[in-house]
Amino acid sequence: MEIKIKINNKEITAQDGKTILEIAKENNIHIPSLCYHSDLTPKASCRLCLVNIKGINNPQTSCSIIAQDGMEIETNTPELAMLRKTNLELLSAQHKEECPDCVLQYNCQLLKLAKELKADILKFSDRKKDFPLIEFGPSVVFDSSKCIDCRNCVEACANQSVGYLEIENKKGFNQITPSKTKSCIYCGLCITHCPVGALEAKSEFEQVEEPLKNKNKILVFQFAPSIRSSIGEEFEMPQGAIVTDQLVGAIKQLGADYVFDVSCGADFTTFEEAKEMVEKFESGKPSLLMSSCCPAWVRFVEKYYPEFIPNIATSRPPHIILGGLIKTYWAAKEKISPKKIFVVSIMPCVAKKYEITRKEMLFKYNGANFAPVDYVLTTRELAYLLKKRGIDLAKATPQKADNPFGEPSGSGVIYGASGGVMESAIRTATKILGNNGNPVAVDFPKVRGQEGIKVGQVELNGKILNVAAVSGTGNAKIVLEQLKKNPDLYQCVEVMACPGGCIGGGGQPLPQDKQIRQKRAQALYNIDEKKKTRTAFDNPDLKKIYKDFLKNEKIIKQICHTEYKNPKS
Amino acid sequence: MENFIEQLKQSGLLGRSGSNFPVWKKWEAVKGAVSVKKFVICNASEGEPDVFKDAFILENYLPEVINGVKIAIGEVGASTAYIYLNKNFYQKFKQKIINLIDNSPIELFEKPNGYLAGEETAILNAIEGKRIEPRIKPPFPTEKGLWSQPTLINNVETFYWINKIAKGEYNHNRFYCISGETTNKGVFELPENYTIEQILKETKNYPTKPLDYFYQIGGGGAGEIMLDNELNQPIKGLASIAIFSKKTDLMALLMKWADFFGNENCDQCVPCREGFYRIKEILQQVQGKICENDKQTLQEIFDVLEKTSLCPFGRTAYKPFKSALEKLF
Repeated sequence: MEIKIKINNKEITAQDGKTILEIAKENNIHIPSLCYHSDLTPKASCRLCLVNIKGINNPQTSCSIIAQDGMEIETNTPELAMLRKTNLELLSAQHKEECPDCVLQYNCQLLKLAKELKADILKFSDRKKDFPLIEFGPSVVFDSSKCIDCRNCVEACANQSVGYLEIENKKGFNQITPSKTKSCIYCGLCITHCPVGALEAKSEFEQVEEPLKNKNKILVFQFAPSIRSSIGEEFEMPQGAIVTDQLVGAIKQLGADYVFDVSCGADFTTFEEAKEMVEKFESGKPSLLMSSCCPAWVRFVEKYYPEFIPNIATSRPPHIILGGLIKTYWAAKEKISPKKIFVVSIMPCVAKKYEITRKEMLFKYNGANFAPVDYVLTTRELAYLLKKRGIDLAKATPQKADNPFGEPSGSGVIYGASGGVMESAIRTATKILGNNGNPVAVDFPKVRGQEGIKVGQVELNGKILNVAAVSGTGNAKIVLEQLKKNPDLYQCVEVMACPGGCIGGGGQPLPQDKQIRQKRAQALYNIDEKKKTRTAFDNPDLKKIYKDFLKNEKIIKQICHTEYKNPKS
Repeated sequence: MENFIEQLKQSGLLGRSGSNFPVWKKWEAVKGAVSVKKFVICNASEGEPDVFKDAFILENYLPEVINGVKIAIGEVGASTAYIYLNKNFYQKFKQKIINLIDNSPIELFEKPNGYLAGEETAILNAIEGKRIEPRIKPPFPTEKGLWSQPTLINNVETFYWINKIAKGEYNHNRFYCISGETTNKGVFELPENYTIEQILKETKNYPTKPLDYFYQIGGGGAGEIMLDNELNQPIKGLASIAIFSKKTDLMALLMKWADFFGNENCDQCVPCREGFYRIKEILQQVQGKICENDKQTLQEIFDVLEKTSLCPFGRTAYKPFKSALEKLF
């Protein structure tokens, strides 16, 4: 149904059920707002998005009021400006300004609003100046001296069915605080939903240059599938801009000796996962197989649904497999001692910082223990590092990623979007099984898009496989509860902890919302569509490495598989 | 009883929690709402400092109040009614209420601690077991209240008068609380259109030297400060009068309010959470006279409290500060 309203005397037709702020945004009418996030329910806590509605006494928050037919709304009056200014000044006084090293430095809504509203953000002393820094494991840091108490992070965490962030009364104030009993899964959605940069990846900024200090080592960078369509945003490029080759050029300019594409690692993960799928499938009784590339999801299962640990695929995540191959196959080929290689993964994710610390990711080779990956930088951290070194991605000389890990299949690229891992595995599994000699379908649109739970059926050699691609652990909880009641509901489940998959990851550029995530995802599918090789199984480099190096089950297990057990901590 | 809401409308009864909201409008909204379940809540949380009229009514007229609740259940078609009692009332009146319930679907609920737990949407959260803090309005409780069902919430005194209206005995009186530096403190039933001066005189509380006193009208927390020359008007909000000698330590009084509101607000929205903190900070820094700059800042904070707070708490709690600063400094 449609309604007609007036904003600042302008007639506007809008869909029924939307808030005034949403309608204003759609019509390019600016209303200052800070705590609003389209992923979340309105908190109406910042009290900045005030408007006057004819017939109602006091100003109302436009984020929380559903527009009604015939409403007459004013967004700009001297009184509203004054009220917003005062509220912003009060709000800023609980936020310690440390602008030089802030995740939002180039996109700070607080500073933009201060300028717009002519607010003196230093009018009051910082109420929280002595508030502590709180670390969530090896992944996230909460600087409580910057928190404006909007509670967006609390909702984002609750939506994940984690609830690690709670509200506790301390010294007369209800404050956000980590739970003493629950476990953080390190997804970083608190970071992506914080309007003021109070949450960031651990060591974000302070230590971005660490990897470059390894001067006596061979410095190898590898970048995740989803980075290529997101990092451009940090350099004023359009949302969803594909920057694969500029990215390689820019990283080389930083001083990396080699740059590889994690999408190639994804092809190996796909192949191994597809084999697990086929194995279960051919065993006659296809039991449940769940994806394992998302460390926050794996941790969610370990902490909250340990009974499902045996269902997690043992195939290692793409950057872990690739790191392993770099330090073994490639090192031997290039005659470099693996100990001299320093591998840096550029990831859309803060949980990957935790993942590389897991002992399950280490591998044994020729009698020695190795970590496949030595360091993780998030997309934001890499962008910051490039900017710090004066490198503009938009102007970087395009270069191809180095061989033999520079030419992935299309499957490896769509790994960055929710459903991509599933689609890749299906493509390869159908190929392996041969589909009774019939042509093999490549596209599985049912598992694409921004929906939280996507389900479909796949026909493998005449047998039906029920699959689900899930994003967000809150949605995963729904599916796991269904599976508890009906174990045969799905045979394959892919889960990524972040909305829309890695393109909406906790380490990705800010801001992000559903539209931005869709553009980033679409770009990956566009790359896939143009690839000559779209199935991991067909990747010639992969075939060669299986022929030359991953020749037996023992070495495959060492490099490509791990085991998840019920962890004690 | 057929036209009870019409009767209510004719009576002109306003919410006795101090909201002054026409009672019939809430009743009509809940009665007219289409829903399988509807709820009635009797707010017996009385937590405002210097206000003790509901305690008096429960002590003396409990059957009338419960009967008022029963009338509401029948009139709006409620499935359950809750009597929401503060801890003290719960202990004192629990058994007496149970004896009065008969077969009516009435349940008792013990209010958790905290001033804000008496705010109508915070009550909904309390009963639902959620975090006790006000909800964003709209939606109003009459549309989406307890468990998202239409819910009628009225105060103890309101239900008392409902019973009177149903019996045709409503005399347009209300219950006034008088406290402070006077000898004849207590609760008094007098006409609602009496001026403050009339009330004080009638109850033998009018000071012999009126110019030496000031008054807080409408509650010991959020009430407004009035001087002797302002007493020629009836009370609009909560019916409470606290009498103060002008020898009162004003800064201590302001700090008491600032502490109270700073502690009791829910910290959801900026004006309350930060506003009261800054009011207190400014008051602490004041040496003798409050300078113009501070007055300006305080006025800005009062404005956002009054006009932009999320719930009625902030929208009224600025009043004692603002009126005291204007009239006593």
